[in-house]
Amino acid sequence: MSKQVTITINGTQVTVPDGTLVVDAAKMAGIDIPVFCHHPKLEPVGMCRMCLVEIGRPMLDRNTGQVVMENGQPKIQFMPKLETACTNRVSEGMVVMTTSDKAMDGQKGTVEFLLTSHPLDCPVCDKGGECPLQNLTMQFGPGRSRFIYDEKLRLEKQVPLGELIWLDRERCIQCARCIRFQDEIAGEAVLGFDERGRNTQIVSLSDPGFDSVFSGNTTDICPVGALTTADFRFGARPWELKAQASICTQCPVGCNTTLNTRREAKAGGDIVVKRVMPRQNEEVNEIWLCDKGRFAHHYLESKKRLTRPMIRKDGKPTRASWDAATKLAADNFAKAKKDFVLLASGRLSNEDLFNLKSLADTAGGKAILYSDMGGGELTQLVGVGAGTNIGAMGKGDAILVIASDLYEEAPIWWLRVKQAADRGATLIVANPRETKLDRFARYTIRYAYGDEVKTVSSFGKKSKISDEFAKAKNAIVFFGSEGLGVNGVSALASSCASLLKESDHVGRPNNGLIGVWQRANDQGAFEIGFRPEANLAKALKGRAVYIVGADPAGDSPALAKALDGAKFVAVQDILETATTEIADVVFPAQAFTEREGTYVSGERRVQRFYAAVPVKGSSKPDFAITSMIAKQMGIILEGTSPSVVFDILANSIDAFNELNYERLAEVRGQWPIVGRGDLYYGGTTYENTQGLGVQLVPMAQVMGTVRIPKVRKEAALRPKEKELLAVPVNKLYDLGATVRSAELLGGRIGEATIFLHSSTAKKLGVEEGKPAKISFGGVSVEAVVKFDDTISTGVALAPRSMGIPIREPVVSKVK
Amino acid sequence: MGVFDPIIELSRGLGETLRSFLFEKTVTYQYPEEKRPVRPRFRGRHVLKRYDNGLEKCIGCSLCAAACPADAIFVEASENTDEKRFSPGERYASTYEINMLRCIYCGFCEDACPTEAIVLGDNYELSFTDRKQAIYTKDLLLEPVPSEQMLTPRKVEPRAFTRSVPEMKDPTD
Repeated sequence: MSKQVTITINGTQVTVPDGTLVVDAAKMAGIDIPVFCHHPKLEPVGMCRMCLVEIGRPMLDRNTGQVVMENGQPKIQFMPKLETACTNRVSEGMVVMTTSDKAMDGQKGTVEFLLTSHPLDCPVCDKGGECPLQNLTMQFGPGRSRFIYDEKLRLEKQVPLGELIWLDRERCIQCARCIRFQDEIAGEAVLGFDERGRNTQIVSLSDPGFDSVFSGNTTDICPVGALTTADFRFGARPWELKAQASICTQCPVGCNTTLNTRREAKAGGDIVVKRVMPRQNEEVNEIWLCDKGRFAHHYLESKKRLTRPMIRKDGKPTRASWDAATKLAADNFAKAKKDFVLLASGRLSNEDLFNLKSLADTAGGKAILYSDMGGGELTQLVGVGAGTNIGAMGKGDAILVIASDLYEEAPIWWLRVKQAADRGATLIVANPRETKLDRFARYTIRYAYGDEVKTVSSFGKKSKISDEFAKAKNAIVFFGSEGLGVNGVSALASSCASLLKESDHVGRPNNGLIGVWQRANDQGAFEIGFRPEANLAKALKGRAVYIVGADPAGDSPALAKALDGAKFVAVQDILETATTEIADVVFPAQAFTEREGTYVSGERRVQRFYAAVPVKGSSKPDFAITSMIAKQMGIILEGTSPSVVFDILANSIDAFNELNYERLAEVRGQWPIVGRGDLYYGGTTYENTQGLGVQLVPMAQVMGTVRIPKVRKEAALRPKEKELLAVPVNKLYDLGATVRSAELLGGRIGEATIFLHSSTAKKLGVEEGKPAKISFGGVSVEAVVKFDDTISTGVALAPRSMGIPIREPVVSKVK
Repeated sequence: MGVFDPIIELSRGLGETLRSFLFEKTVTYQYPEEKRPVRPRFRGRHVLKRYDNGLEKCIGCSLCAAACPADAIFVEASENTDEKRFSPGERYASTYEINMLRCIYCGFCEDACPTEAIVLGDNYELSFTDRKQAIYTKDLLLEPVPSEQMLTPRKVEPRAFTRSVPEMKDPTD
């Protein structure tokens, strides 16, 4: 524990760690010092001068170096001028006065000065109502300015900094929070200052503009309405919005979010989600959110939402009652007996997956997870220990990221891993091609696609990298699915788990294995007993299939064919998909915004989400639909209350033992304090009042030791002459159902693309920017060719969910 | 009391009636044929005002809705473009509804309006046969325009109307 010092702020004694900034110390004592440029997550700069206070320190005798005493008290010497509370660190015996006449005068003067060029167009400003400058003007601002009105600056008011963020140059007070966020936290210096003095302006330095997936966060920490999101532009006034806690479902990080909802005439008078805001959870997403999580929520209001159960009659889908639809499905599943297959994805909550698994088990069917990744059983064994916080990792710790482009797959993990590296953690990035994380890595390892397991096992040999990893105080391994299919990822996970076990990095907080899954709750599905299937087409063909929250027919022609040959297809989803079109019966499910439930994040944190908007049509939550079907089959499953389903789940699965909804909703005090009345301190991020979640304890922590099952690695594919190894990679913005309906992201999604080395392309005779035909495993699709000379020559990179039905590395031909 | 007293009283009263019948002006208005002008500060049905050039004063800021004690106002804003301009500046009200059944004619909306767009007018003749009719939409509330060229939305010169909130001046009255 660091040294503690005691200081006096406004007559109150406060004890804080040495080195704390005065403004933070005051905050801890519940005293608000107004700030604009200071942000607790950023380095102090002292640019805005808003936090002027009177600071006095005990007077020292020049000769003896002793504190001069006066009437038994240390004599305090005040500086002749005001000082900034955001750049001064506390020292023993310091006396701070934040509300003295002199300090207040300084603060008033600063506001008056900041307002000399501010347009005061609060009525049209999206920030109006939650604006630090507005609030502090009401608190400190003089009613009348001494500055000449006609000298007010007139600057551009609608500047698009990229398609997601708008800049209003007039409103900007040059606090540089956005620039510093991009520099210090995101590590992508895409914003900067241009000009100087009164003409200082924010500019985007990248092409395309504001090229960062964290851009939305700058609008949260902007203390004025200078940066606003294009998504929420004039969407609503902040005071009209209702807030409900939720969890982001776009990736396995499980960022805590707050959904702001409002009734909307454009949506036909429905209550809709107007914006997604981060909710503080210092162990998950801190106070940040990536742009995908923030802007890709529009699929929930899609016109393609399913609202009524449908049954195929004479080849045409027709409306049916819930009774008839569930009866039809139940009869077919019961008739199929062992041929009953249940395919569910990690988009579903734990409650849904648990009921589905119970149904499959009781009815004698098989439950398959719709994923290209295996290895979830290993994260159950040696997953990160309870109490893990990447934000606490630093010097002496090690993080290995293998076969994953975290920036594209889980941006907030990327951010936190990057920051851990900034704090001194040893970051080892092993990937066949360059990724954005390489820049922050101490060691970068390149291997050929197919050599993942070999790379990890080479850590067993003596080398500088393996030594540093083995000796690290704490170590976490992230494994992904770059260039791998189900079996490949399982083999990789197993070798990573062995590596961690051998170097004794299991069973403790900040140690263990993390899977960079494709969907939000894949980890939960593994916990509940779902397993992926490498040969999915074979598993579906000729069976009675119950597909939940997945679109296999849309993703792959091979799977569509397999479903064509299925005995019976029941689909349960929120949107119309290619799979619902070929289904015999379709059940409309509720989206996560319309119901309650829980997810398990990649770090195995169980987190609750809440219902924020009303139900669409007669849709029902997934677990309730499953229970209705089960009832028709004579199986009793809880179908009314998600919390009861969760209680049953907690009783039957060891890892969830003693968990319940109340425990998941527990909160503790977090630092920095955000989202209260003091928006100027932390930004518009919401305070967490509805649950921080609970991390599951991995087997290694319970048992002390575990045996790692060996997974045999498949032989690497060797393409012949004129053939290429097509490998799947992951993209942040893809054509997945939950992303493509966000119009704003459209430009960043693009089209079906394959990446080739320019010399490979030359040999094959394909040109950059032109479409080429890629064929493998009996399918052939057109994709635009792009050159990437950082990849090796024998491969073609094919992004997943971008129109190319690739699930695992395959030998392909490109023409 | 004498015998004639009631008769005297009666004739005195009737005399008063006769006097006012013959000599006083009538105070009755033949409503609805004849309408009585309202007082200057009368608060009747709302009107959404326009500038002299026909552009709408309302910027969709929703402050009227925030000020409304009866929660009678619903506003939804959208963005202006130079091709389709409703109001000066970036923002206009794409939906503006007042539920006249909820309105208590307090005039707070008028006070809250930063552009003096909403004004309680002098129309008090509100009657409905159905609750939905009581919801006045933007087209009912907007002031009529004198000529067709002044209709909104309309195409304007690029960058001619960049500011939506009129320059702030101290009130003169």
